[in-house]
Amino acid sequence: MNRSPAVELKGITKIFGRIIANHDCTLSLYTGEILSLLGENGSGKTTLMNAVAGIYYPDEGEIFVDGKKVQIKSPHDAYKYHIGMVHQHFKLVDTFTAVENVVVGLNKKDYEEIAKKDGEKYQGFNLKASARRISKICNEFGFKLNPWQRVNSMSVSEKQTLEIVKALFRGVDILILDEPTAVLTPQETEKLFDVLRNMKAHGKSVIIITHKLNEVLEISDRVAVLCKGEVVGDILTEEANEKILTEMMVGHKVDLNIERKDIPTTGERLEIQNLNLTGRDGRKILKNINFTLYGSEILGIAGISGSGQKELLETIAGLNRNTAGTIIFHNPKKEQPVTFFHKDIKQIRELAAQNKFHLKGKKEPLSLVGISNKEITEMVNNEQIIFYEDEIMNLKGKKPIEIRDLGIKLSFVPEDRLGMGLVGNMDLIDNMMLRSFRKGKGVIVHREKPEKLAKELVEELEIKTPSLHTSVKKLSGGNIQKVLVGREISSRPKVLMVAYPVRGLDINSSYMIYNLINKQKEKGSAVIYVGEDLDVILALCDRVLVLRDGEVAGILNCRETNKNEVGLLMTKKKKEDEEDA
Amino acid sequence: MGVIFESIRFATVFLFGSAGETVTEKSGHLNLGTPGVMCIGAMGSAIGASIYLSMCGGVGGTNAFLSFLFPFLFCILFAGLAGLLFSFITVTLHCNQNVTGLALTTFGVGLYPFVTSFLEANPVMKAGFSSISHKYLTHVFPEQFYNMNDFTRLFFSYGVLVYLAIAIAIAIAIIMKKTKVGLFLRTVGENPSAADAAGISVNRYRYLATMIGSAISGLGGMFYLFDWCSGAFEFVVDAYGWLAVSLVIFTMWKTEIGIAGSLLFSFLYIFPGYLNFSGPDKKLFELVPYAATILILVITSIFKLGKAPAGLGQSYFREDR
Repeated sequence: MNRSPAVELKGITKIFGRIIANHDCTLSLYTGEILSLLGENGSGKTTLMNAVAGIYYPDEGEIFVDGKKVQIKSPHDAYKYHIGMVHQHFKLVDTFTAVENVVVGLNKKDYEEIAKKDGEKYQGFNLKASARRISKICNEFGFKLNPWQRVNSMSVSEKQTLEIVKALFRGVDILILDEPTAVLTPQETEKLFDVLRNMKAHGKSVIIITHKLNEVLEISDRVAVLCKGEVVGDILTEEANEKILTEMMVGHKVDLNIERKDIPTTGERLEIQNLNLTGRDGRKILKNINFTLYGSEILGIAGISGSGQKELLETIAGLNRNTAGTIIFHNPKKEQPVTFFHKDIKQIRELAAQNKFHLKGKKEPLSLVGISNKEITEMVNNEQIIFYEDEIMNLKGKKPIEIRDLGIKLSFVPEDRLGMGLVGNMDLIDNMMLRSFRKGKGVIVHREKPEKLAKELVEELEIKTPSLHTSVKKLSGGNIQKVLVGREISSRPKVLMVAYPVRGLDINSSYMIYNLINKQKEKGSAVIYVGEDLDVILALCDRVLVLRDGEVAGILNCRETNKNEVGLLMTKKKKEDEEDA
Repeated sequence: MGVIFESIRFATVFLFGSAGETVTEKSGHLNLGTPGVMCIGAMGSAIGASIYLSMCGGVGGTNAFLSFLFPFLFCILFAGLAGLLFSFITVTLHCNQNVTGLALTTFGVGLYPFVTSFLEANPVMKAGFSSISHKYLTHVFPEQFYNMNDFTRLFFSYGVLVYLAIAIAIAIAIIMKKTKVGLFLRTVGENPSAADAAGISVNRYRYLATMIGSAISGLGGMFYLFDWCSGAFEFVVDAYGWLAVSLVIFTMWKTEIGIAGSLLFSFLYIFPGYLNFSGPDKKLFELVPYAATILILVITSIFKLGKAPAGLGQSYFREDR
């Protein structure tokens, strides 16, 4: 292999606000090789490559192309140095044809250079000539593309092809592909890999960003691994295997000292059976999910991001309609009185007919036949009617609001924290009210209760805020998160689902959240914790469920497993599972 | 016959306004400041005219070409500056386009009477304005020629701006469809990040398109002042600016359709005046173009006719995450 570096990055650092996306990254790409950039989501792969492609300008560090130091300030600069990038979200205009998308942005000088390279005469802005050139490139590398087809009638794979052709049209020697296989079928992936090998044979260099180990091993010559914004190291593919790469990817074990109490579980809370979810595009997002969640337990959910974690929680919360399968909820009602909170008199009569109740202090089943509604109301209000057993109900077909009222709370911390759970311009009290505004009578809102709640939260969680009347968006990220998680917990949930609750928080605030979650577990709640950091999941949770491509790859006991085992489950392909078995 | 003649003439206001706004919107900028821009354009032309009048010392002996050129250039200058202001606020300062546009409208509509009030105080200017209007702007061809018959009257009896508007509308249509610049501009409007990744300077295109678009819209104000109102600056053009903005949607961002569309709008506006109504009935009929606008917008959106540039109204900053 020719060992002259085509591109060298030295000490690249990129900071967004308070988040360090890349820190001191040094990386080389050699001519005529395929380099895989491997790392978990959020490890800074895309940001680093965007710095090469001119989307982001690095805060520190130098970039060398063919040994010369260069400044890449815009994508146009990147093309000048023959660097092109196919972004994960394609940069195409849907209403244009393929050829229009290819030539857009090309100036006279670019055309002249291209023509010189081809040994042809410059023909000016001429779509027909450009289409001919596209067909030529397609023949050369083995693509299939109709230059006159509109992008909005193309399949995802065709769009990707178009993006690659667009880069090649501009005479790119170094091609960066961001998660190119994420949207492709296995057959299309094979085809793409053939094309990449073909490009390599033509002396071009390719960087492929991915988190799929098997693809790395299949296509690349060398692997560079990123972890938490830093380049951990690189290794020749022939010397690598899944185990080595996983270890590099997840990093070394960190001791966290999160207190985990060993308390016995208190019976089943949620039973998920054969849960399937189909996305709007017909793709299966969740496939045959089966698991049981117990009270007083924290179930961690691990997986490469986008494996269906978010969708799973949303489905349980009743936010997704297009599902198949059953979700059984065991409402912990044993020896508890029935209330009018989720039952009306008709339902109570029906349940009584099934011998579900007994009178307080008595053993025999209660019959309500011949008793007037008024009397029943009185009995319920005096907490006289008691359940024999936990109430078992199917959540399917219930509205999200009904599920919430049953005590199944979803606290989802989205990437944009203010986007989903809180209203940035409203103060703490009003944000508390977002969950309770349906309660209370009359037109005028009552602020006393939410005010009390907000006050309690501020004191208990040490939320740093000038006053209860400060707009939430003015608080720091950690404090916003405490408000969001605190509000969900305050309603004494029976099932609490939290996703990424410590994203972007400092250590202290993170521990505060862990303690909150632990406290819920002690109180008997069943908790589902979706997180990114495997160390935290293993230290905090009782069991961990590993999701991979919308399937349950395995459920492990956190006290017995280790990071590598979980990491391998997260990334391994199903086929290999079967081979192992 | 008169109603058609008048309609064609008045359509120029809408055509300038919508053609300019189309250019702006093709770059992804939703400039709701168009009514204000048209006022500022009218104001610019008034300033240009008054400078020319004071240069040649009054009404007599005005040169026909110069009496057109001065208002024209100043109109473009001021309306272009209004576009520059809009672009600076939305592109460089990343402000919301809708709010900025509405503010620009309020600003322009207020600025116009303020500036023209200085001219109003001067009777010489007032007379001068109407003479400028008569000298060149309202009729390009000599009267003996266009007054020969109905046919010539229908096609050749208008002022220079009427022909210019049609020429500009056709030119824009050709540029958008056939040229590299048009393709690049549409890319910026459809998907700014794609344009950026392809090496197009999104900011430069947005600045230029908005300034050129505003200059064109501004000419609608100049036409209204010097051609339609014969230099009487008591009338303000802003209401027609709003119709021009909705005309852009109605014409599906195509200026060649804009020619027909502005004729229709103009006809709806002129026609009630030819009916024998008075008092409240007349006022009711004056509502027709506005009601028709709403109706047309509903129809176009129900049947999904035409598509706005996908990036319309979005600000673009490369390092946004």
